[in-house]
Amino acid sequence: MDKEAESAEQMQVSGLKEIKERPKWDNKVQYLLTCIGFAVGLGNVWRFPYLCQVYGGGAFLIPYVIALVFEGLPLLHMELAIGQRLRMGSVGVWNSISPYMGGLGVASMAVSFLVGLFYNMILAWILWYFFNSFQNPLPWRDCPVNLNHTGYVSECEKSSPVNYFWYRQTLNITSNIEISGSVQWWLVLCLASAWCLVYICFIRGIETIGKAIYVTATFPYLVLTIFWVRALTLPGATDGLIYLFTPNWETLKNPQVWLDAATQIFFSLSLAFGGLIAFSSYNTQKNNCEKDALIVGCVNSLTSIYASIPVFAIIGFKANENYNVCRNWNILTLTNAFNVGDENITLENYNDWLNYLNTTDTSEVKSLNLKTCNLQTFLDQSASGTGLAFIVFTEAVIRMPGSQVWSVLFFVMLFSLGLSSMFGNLEGVLTPLLDLHMIPSWMPKEIFTGLMCLTSFTVGPYLYLGLWKLLAGDFQQLRGIHATAHHSIL
Amino acid sequence: MLYSQGEMLEKILLLFCLSSALAENLCRPDASNGYKVRLSIKRALGDEAYVWNQDEMFLFRATLAFAMRNHLSGQDFQVSNILVCDETPRVSFWFIVTSPLDATRPVGKEDVEEAIRKSRSRINSAFLLTDQTLEFIGIIPTLAAPVSPDTPPWLIVFGVVMGSVGAGIIVLLVYPVVHKRLKKDEEEEELEEEEGEEETRRVKTMENGAAGDGAHNLSFTDDERFTQM
Repeated sequence: MDKEAESAEQMQVSGLKEIKERPKWDNKVQYLLTCIGFAVGLGNVWRFPYLCQVYGGGAFLIPYVIALVFEGLPLLHMELAIGQRLRMGSVGVWNSISPYMGGLGVASMAVSFLVGLFYNMILAWILWYFFNSFQNPLPWRDCPVNLNHTGYVSECEKSSPVNYFWYRQTLNITSNIEISGSVQWWLVLCLASAWCLVYICFIRGIETIGKAIYVTATFPYLVLTIFWVRALTLPGATDGLIYLFTPNWETLKNPQVWLDAATQIFFSLSLAFGGLIAFSSYNTQKNNCEKDALIVGCVNSLTSIYASIPVFAIIGFKANENYNVCRNWNILTLTNAFNVGDENITLENYNDWLNYLNTTDTSEVKSLNLKTCNLQTFLDQSASGTGLAFIVFTEAVIRMPGSQVWSVLFFVMLFSLGLSSMFGNLEGVLTPLLDLHMIPSWMPKEIFTGLMCLTSFTVGPYLYLGLWKLLAGDFQQLRGIHATAHHSIL
Repeated sequence: MLYSQGEMLEKILLLFCLSSALAENLCRPDASNGYKVRLSIKRALGDEAYVWNQDEMFLFRATLAFAMRNHLSGQDFQVSNILVCDETPRVSFWFIVTSPLDATRPVGKEDVEEAIRKSRSRINSAFLLTDQTLEFIGIIPTLAAPVSPDTPPWLIVFGVVMGSVGAGIIVLLVYPVVHKRLKKDEEEEELEEEEGEEETRRVKTMENGAAGDGAHNLSFTDDERFTQM
C-alpha cells in the first residue's frame, strides 16, 4: 500500500509539474486575437487586392470562397484541434500521431524559423520608412540635388524620386542578382530595432504576447477604418474601386486562378507553419475549436476584402493624379509652343484646341511629341507586395495633404500586421523546443527567447547576402524554399 | 536758315529712324545675345492675377536694368537699354540688353545671364512669381540647397524608439527578480512571525493544557494543490 501511495504521489507530482509549467492564455479573447493576428498579415493588404484585381475583380471571390470552405477551414480546424487535444507543439503532435510523421513537425519548425528570418527584414524596411516619415518634406518626394546644385541626381531623374528612394537610398540595390552587395548599415540598425521590438513582446512567450496582441491585432483595423474614410473622399477613388471589382467571368476558366486562390488561402491562414498548433496547445482541452476555426478563417477573409477597398481607392487616386499630370504636361507644351494665353487651354477644352491647332499647323504639333494619356495604363501600374507599399503607396501619400500623418499611420499599421505574424513564426519554433526539453533548466525563458532573437538577427543577413549562393547547391531547392518564403508573406 | 533747319530736322529724323531700326534689328526672336522670357501669371496667382500691360512691361525693363546695374557696377543702365520685342498673348517676349555707353552694341550673353542669376529672387518677387512661373529660357535656376540637418531626423526617431524599447526590456527582465526577492523577504518575515506566534501559542497551550492543536496543519495546503486537476 505504501508503494501504491508512493507511485500515486509521484504521478500526481509529475502531472502537477506539467500543469504548473505549461502556461495558458489569460482569456479566450487573447487566444482568438493571437490566432487572428497570426493569420491577418501583410498579405491581406498587399497580395489579396492585387490577386483580386488581376483575376477579374468580383469574379475572383468565387474561387476564393470555395477554397476557404473546402481547404482553409478544415485544415485550420484540424490544426487547432490537434494542438489543443495533445497539448504539444508541432514536433510533439506529429510524433504522437505517428512516429513516421515526426518529420512533418520538424519541417514545420524549420520553415517557421527560416520565414522568421526574412520576414523580420520586411519589418526592418517598414521601420526604415516609418523613421523617415517624421520629416517635412518626405524624403521620397523630391530627387536629391547633385553636387553643384545645377540639377537633380541623374539616376533619380531617369526614374522617379519614389523609385530612387526605395532602390537606391533604402536597398542600395546592385545591378544583378549575382552581385552581392555590401551590408547597408542603416538597414542593420533597422533590423536590430525590429528584433528588439519583437523580443520585448516575445520575452516570456505567450504571457507577454497575450498582452501585446491587444494592441498589435486591433490597431490595423483602426487604421484601415481611418484610411477607408480618407481614401473614399479622394478624387479618383471610384475609378480604382470600379477597376478592382468589375467582374471578368472569363478568368474563371483559367485553372491558374483556382490554383492561386487555393495558394492564397493556404498561406494567408498560415497553415502548416506550426504556429497555430503552438497557440492552441496552451488552451484547455474542452475549448470549442470548431467555432474558433470558423471565427479565425472568416475574420481573415473579411479583413482581406475590407483592406482591398482603401488600397484600391488610393491606387485609383494615384492613377488619377498621374493622368492629370500627363494631360497638364501636354497642355503646357501646347501653350508654350503656340504662345497661347496662359490657362486658356484647360482640361475640358483641350481636345478642341488640339484639333484646331492640328489643322492649322500639323507639323509643329507633331514635333512636340505629345504623350497619349490613358487612365487605364496608369491603373494597370498597380503592384503587389513591396511594390505596393513602398512605391505605389508612398507616391500616393505625397500627394495627399498631411502626408506625414498618413505615412506614419500606414507604416505603423504594416508593422503591427507583420509583428503579430512574427509571433506565430517564433512560437512555432519556441513551443516545440520547450516540449522537447531542449532548453537547459537553469536558463530562464527570457534568456532563451533573447538568444533566439539574437541568433536570428545575426544569421538573417547572411541569408540575403552571399551565403545564399554558397548554400545553394541545387538552385531548384532554393526556388522551392523561395516560393514558400515568398508566399508566406501572405 | 530755314533750309538748314529743315535739313537738320531730316537728319535728326533719319538718325532716329536709323537708331530705332537698328534697335529693332538688335532685338528679334533667336537673337544671339537675347533671351526669351515666359510668364505664367494666371497659373501662379489664380484669381489674383494681374493683367499684363505696358506698365508691367516698363516694370520688367526697369527690374532688368536694376539687375544689370547690380552685376556690372559702375555702368548706368537705363530702361531704354532694355529692348523688348515679339510680345505674345502667352505672355512671352524676347529681350536684349544694350550697353549704356553705346546703344548699338548689345551686352554679352554671359553677363546678362550672370546678372539675372544674381538678382533672380528680386526679379521674381517684383512680379509675385517663382522660378517656375517666370522663366528665362536658357537660364537654369540654381536649385535651393536642400536643408540637411546635422543629425538625420530618422536617427532621432530611431534613438527614441530604441531607447524606450531598451528600457522596457530591462524593466521586464529585472522586475521579476526584484519581485521575487521582495516576496522572499516578505515570506521570511511572515515565517518568522508565524513561528513566533506558534511559539507563543504553544507556550499558551502548554500553559492552558491540551486546549487545541497549535501546530500549523499542512495537510490542507496539499489538498488545495491537487484539486486543480
